[in-house]
Amino acid sequence: MLAIQDLAFWVLSVVAIVAALGVVLVRDLFRAALLLAVVFIAVAGFFVLLSAEFLAVVQVLIYVGAISVLFIFGIMLTRNVREGNLPNHLQIPAVLFPALLLVGMVIAAVATDWRPIPEAATDMVELAQTQSVTVLTEGALESGGFDSSQAREEARQSGLADLLIGRYVLPFEAVSLLLLAALIGGLALARSRGS
Amino acid sequence: MVPLEAFQVLSAVLFAIGLYGVMARRSAVLIVMSIELMLNAVNINLIAAASHLDGMGNWANFDGQIIAIFIITVAAAEVGLAMAIILRMYRNRATVNVDEINLMKW
Repeated sequence: MLAIQDLAFWVLSVVAIVAALGVVLVRDLFRAALLLAVVFIAVAGFFVLLSAEFLAVVQVLIYVGAISVLFIFGIMLTRNVREGNLPNHLQIPAVLFPALLLVGMVIAAVATDWRPIPEAATDMVELAQTQSVTVLTEGALESGGFDSSQAREEARQSGLADLLIGRYVLPFEAVSLLLLAALIGGLALARSRGS
Repeated sequence: MVPLEAFQVLSAVLFAIGLYGVMARRSAVLIVMSIELMLNAVNINLIAAASHLDGMGNWANFDGQIIAIFIITVAAAEVGLAMAIILRMYRNRATVNVDEINLMKW
């Protein structure tokens, strides 16, 4: 039986792989940028399939909304459209090395003995992940299998924001500093000397 | 639920395509686009691991998603800077083909 999730996975992976091949093979750079937006949307679909809804929204906002537009700006401003997407002189190693790496990565993924979530706990983990993006009522958590009040409390505090402002607060601040540095650096690089 | 290996094979394929783009193309803009493709492949892998693997006592294992958020942030900063450098390069040398940029080659 083919579940709806499997069907969505296969459709999305065909779209993502074909569009990704298009990005590197299509001659017209502008079309490559549009195909890259298609890849980003497909990746957002994968995030929804993996019950990471917040990241799916972030993916659409940042990648599709900002980064794709930035690429199209870059292509237009450098007038590279008429030259197109030329290959360089490294064709044979450039095919061989990614192919070998792909074989190695697939072997590693299949051969490794992963430790999945135990079958009995999958529903509760899914509920805890829902709790991380919306606030569930006490009753909803209780009927979902969180019997003791301590377990409910733990499920409440396992959200994305709790981790981001809690355990990962130092990298969070560092990344904000990085964004500021990138903003100033981009301005300093792109502005012309006279103005 | 789609098995973890399916997502990992998919992200490996996307990563390999991105690596081919970085290695085989001339345009600097396309190289940055391929790098974004590779970063997206890594994000799929991290989030698949976060939602499939045992959280070691935690109810939900969000470390993968947190790392993916940081990757997205750093990628946004990187694209902004890369575009500034490419525009500067185009203004000075009138080309963005990386095999014609040999200023730092000796």
